[in-house]
Amino acid sequence: MKPAAFDYVRAESIEEALDVLRQEGADAHILAGGQSLVPMLNMRLAKPRIVIDIMHLPGLKRIETGGGMIRVGAAVRQRELERQADLGTQQPLLAAALPWIGHAQTRNRGTVCGSVAHADPSAELPLVLVALGGEIELRSRRRSRRVAAATFFAGMMSTDRKDDELVEAVRFPMARSGAGYAFREIGRRHGDFAIVACAAVVDAQRAQLAVGGVADRPVARQLPLPGDPALEDALDAFAWDLDARDDLHATATYRRQLVRQLGRQTLEEAARCRA
Amino acid sequence: MAAHGDDLKVTQGVKDWVGRSIPRFEDAALLTGRGHYLDDLGVPPGTLEAAILRSPHAHAEIEAIDCTAAKAADGVFAVVTGADVKALTSSLVVGVKAGIECWPIATDRVRYVGEPVAIVVASDRYRAEDALDLIEVRYRALPAVVDPLAAAAPDAPVLHPGANGNVIGERVFRYGDPEGAFAAAAHRVRVDVRYPRNSCTPIETYGVVAEYDPAEGAYDVLANFQGPFSLHPVMARALKVPGNRFRLRTPRDSGGSFGVKQAIFPYIVLIAVAARIAARPVKWIEDRLEHLAGSVSAANRVTTLEAAVDSDGRIAALAWDQLEDCGAHLRAPEPATLYRMHGNLTGAYDIRHVKVHNRIVLTNKTPTGLNRGFGGPQVYYPLERLVQRIAIELNLDPLEVIRRNLVPAEAMPYRTATGALLDSGDFAGTLEAAVAEGQLAALQARRDAARTAGKHYGIGFAAVVEPSVSNMGYITTPLTPEERRRAGPKNGAQSTATVSLDPLGAVSVQVASAPQGQGHRTVLAQVIADALGLKPQDVRVTTEVDTAKDGWSIASGNYSSRFAPAVAGAAQIAALQLRERLARIAAAQLNVPAAEIVFADGRVATRSNPDNATPFSRIAAAGHWAPGTIAAEIGQTIRETVFWTPPQLTAPNEADEINSSLCHGFIFDFCGVEIDPMSGAVHLDRYVTMHDCGRILHPAMVAGQINGGFAHALGAALYEEYAYAADGSFLSGTFADYLVPTTMEVPEPIILHRESPSPFTPLGAKGVGEGNCMSTPVCIANAIADALGLAEIDLPATPAKLAAHIHPSETARPGRPQPVARPGKGERVLFGEGRAQVNAPPDQVWRMLLDPATLEAVVPSAHGIEKIFDTYFRADVTLGIGPVKGRYRADIELSDLDPLRAVTLSGSAEGALGFGRGSGRVKLEPNSGDGTIVTYRYEAAIGGKVASVGGRLLDGAAKLIIGQFFSALAAHAGGGKQRSGVIGRLLRLLRRKA
Repeated sequence: MKPAAFDYVRAESIEEALDVLRQEGADAHILAGGQSLVPMLNMRLAKPRIVIDIMHLPGLKRIETGGGMIRVGAAVRQRELERQADLGTQQPLLAAALPWIGHAQTRNRGTVCGSVAHADPSAELPLVLVALGGEIELRSRRRSRRVAAATFFAGMMSTDRKDDELVEAVRFPMARSGAGYAFREIGRRHGDFAIVACAAVVDAQRAQLAVGGVADRPVARQLPLPGDPALEDALDAFAWDLDARDDLHATATYRRQLVRQLGRQTLEEAARCRA
Repeated sequence: MAAHGDDLKVTQGVKDWVGRSIPRFEDAALLTGRGHYLDDLGVPPGTLEAAILRSPHAHAEIEAIDCTAAKAADGVFAVVTGADVKALTSSLVVGVKAGIECWPIATDRVRYVGEPVAIVVASDRYRAEDALDLIEVRYRALPAVVDPLAAAAPDAPVLHPGANGNVIGERVFRYGDPEGAFAAAAHRVRVDVRYPRNSCTPIETYGVVAEYDPAEGAYDVLANFQGPFSLHPVMARALKVPGNRFRLRTPRDSGGSFGVKQAIFPYIVLIAVAARIAARPVKWIEDRLEHLAGSVSAANRVTTLEAAVDSDGRIAALAWDQLEDCGAHLRAPEPATLYRMHGNLTGAYDIRHVKVHNRIVLTNKTPTGLNRGFGGPQVYYPLERLVQRIAIELNLDPLEVIRRNLVPAEAMPYRTATGALLDSGDFAGTLEAAVAEGQLAALQARRDAARTAGKHYGIGFAAVVEPSVSNMGYITTPLTPEERRRAGPKNGAQSTATVSLDPLGAVSVQVASAPQGQGHRTVLAQVIADALGLKPQDVRVTTEVDTAKDGWSIASGNYSSRFAPAVAGAAQIAALQLRERLARIAAAQLNVPAAEIVFADGRVATRSNPDNATPFSRIAAAGHWAPGTIAAEIGQTIRETVFWTPPQLTAPNEADEINSSLCHGFIFDFCGVEIDPMSGAVHLDRYVTMHDCGRILHPAMVAGQINGGFAHALGAALYEEYAYAADGSFLSGTFADYLVPTTMEVPEPIILHRESPSPFTPLGAKGVGEGNCMSTPVCIANAIADALGLAEIDLPATPAKLAAHIHPSETARPGRPQPVARPGKGERVLFGEGRAQVNAPPDQVWRMLLDPATLEAVVPSAHGIEKIFDTYFRADVTLGIGPVKGRYRADIELSDLDPLRAVTLSGSAEGALGFGRGSGRVKLEPNSGDGTIVTYRYEAAIGGKVASVGGRLLDGAAKLIIGQFFSALAAHAGGGKQRSGVIGRLLRLLRRKA
């Protein structure tokens, strides 16, 4: 478990990081908190030629609120967001989901944008981003662009990010008045990858449920409001459409049943939490 | 250890240090980062580092190994293969007569995922691992056998061609009249159990530093080996040197072992040979991936246990049928897991008639070895499940069935039907105390209330005898009496301890036990302080073992919970023998008879006149300073080495009765669990564990042992399994898939005690560290079975398994076809299907499929596609998902050609990250318009590193890659939209070929 040789670039500016990405493309990999990349390096699952450390760039370390958004820069650690004052009122879904990410020790190192860029189908932050309809800010030497979460996540550890692009920030919509939010997850142990995770947003007109850990990416869907008798069939259809698979820890049948039950509970909790 | 002296509240005149929870002498160093662990110790100048290439296949012939590039790599000193090892060693001894050998490295074929194939010795571990990637091994895959029942079938693929099938040992035993008892029985009750594979996974992995001195023809090895030192002669014989030319040393501290570091011994041989070939000292530290896949596992076992029961629930007879899965090789001391409990097959019960059918089978899994509980969980799981089934089938209270069968206190010492001599204990009284002090009645009320509220709540029980201090003779039980006669008797448990006095009168103690965190140094200091009238901090204990200098025997080492009963006892005897001689010196100086001499408070005094005294150190130093003044009949008083073996540990007799262990503690556990109706997760509401482990030497450490064993057992019950796919792929290659419970998952059990000192050990102590690994898994399983009304339950009791009994059964999706048939449990075979729209007519698509240029175009990372013949291609491809990329050698074949309509694509790929093979049927249909609809169904198997560490993501990744291949194909044909960059990952398709 020793990594293959790679060059380490400690970027002194965003432009430097982007230059290296442009020159090296897929052979370069951004190192942020390292909670996924470093084990992959050690196991030699990933062998990038260049690792670009962006954690020293002050421009990426900011959490900003404004315009109805919480904008989290690429060098912000998960724990920093978790400890942000008023996060529970700014975006209760984010506040509820963050403690489910790994352990306090991994959150002290892992970054918000790193988790989004890694796009593990069980990860909480991509799920929250999709549930809220958030956006990803991508930047390269060529251009800057924003991508909606729903189109950013392309599949298992695959995203819309081009090889020369840096995930510069992610944008979580702030809580809307009249909307309730809830997050629930079932895993094997404290801190494990979710077998099923659910994030719900419910207001007077609409209920949205997003599910992680089942499909190859987080998936959100509009569903009937809790209390509507049509909800049960809609949840059942949603559970089937996620194309659950068996793995070592759970069967597809089990996952579908959790989507039905946990999904309903999460929606009901969100409805109860409507401000 | 002056720091400790200040912490100890020393009370003058305290009689006994033993029995008190004094602060551990080990802890100051361990808690401040000053532990002496193997990896932290200095190494000789010029020491190189080794890395091991391991098999990605469960079963394959090695057709060729090309080490040329690896040998030429920067910093590489040697590359060692099976042929090199074979040239310098002989096979490790195999414990049964079955015509098989046991090499520490693959010589002609690989038999489990993780088996060593080659060793690179380089200037550092990084370069060594770089060179591993340069070794080219050509494998020819063989069918793997994973399931022990399948492996035992007559037509199963055979792992070792020299053996007559995979069953390499079989014996039938009869004790009493089991047939008569079954014929006369009112009831027969039976359980069928598959006990899973797991391991105690210590934090510190294996480590070896080995050196070879060509001038002496001798090996010198430092390793975190834990014993038994019966493996020393096994290693010396393998290395083809006399024992005195194989020096084995162990470091002071261990980052845990729990039995697991017994199985480092094949690696000691390997690294020793590597050092000899490299002509330099070589260090190897096992990493976590290696440890989980390739070190050792507890044995999994398939058991059928049947009881002959009368209408009161009294068990007259047991019939055991045990099929033990020892993995790919039978490594010493296996098949000991199967026989360690042989004297205890009746557990805590008075059952006089027993029949046993034992078989040992080899499968394509990691070889097995010592593991906390060793053989106990595999026996008590069926036995205590059976007791619960008896209660249910006879409509009795399970507790009442236990009560009616316990060995009565007045029968102690009690000889079991199979030969164990239970040394002491009041099982019934201990059980009643547990019921009262553990408040069973309150727990039952909780269960009733929970059930009234509609909850899934259950209570389980387990009564267990915990054996300790193994009889070295039990490992000959698998031999027939005649084979044993020819081999000569093997028996005993020789323990060693040395107590030394230095010229200032200070006391040192040395034992050959290799502690794994059990606080040897503290407990020995307590024992010796009591014997010599000193304070524990006056006694310095060393526990590093050095076979070149220390007194040791084949029974030395730290296993079978032998420290407190045997090793500490031997140390006490050594101190008392020394004291007896010191008393005679003191008697002469103080002018009193030796019987008048007392040792207390650091002084040697006369009983009747305490003022007539002299400091202990003065008497103790006399042997150094004035040996001429000591009477010849007293002898030297500088160093006393004691060898102690209990007479009760005799060899198996002609009737195959074996007293497999010296001491037998008693445990009675009960617990309440509630199962979450949605997730199926088990909430352990209350766990009570009552222990009688004889005399308690250090209560806090006993509690530590019980808590630790309980945590391991909870893991075995609910979380941990070394899982294998049907093709032998290993699926639990990281701690993300091998789930060890953390402090968040482990509740604190309520621990209760009784003390029935063992009459057979010097201190009255028995072992205590393994008992909960025997009692807890089945106690929890019984509670779950009670909660859900299950007749059968196999571990680990995962939420998904339990939820299947709770959730409503799922009906097929309305209005949709039935889902594709799923593979069986644990199958690593992936199935999938998909379709793509191509803007080209079928004949054009057909030509593309047969054209290597197409492959080159849709797999941009393919290098040099080679057309071997018209329908067979070979290529080097780089494949990956996200950042996970690897280079593979791929073979692709087209077959079953149905021109313009369908073709089967088969392929395989192999690279450093693993291998895959698969096939898929591709069908072309014209669509309305001028295009083609391509549909495909595939099945694929993936093995090696990606399967071991990425199981959770594998299915999704395969689906993604195969789908990408066809979208790329569509894009190449001018159809569909293809995002740039995605095609590059299209990778594995080739290995699994859709």
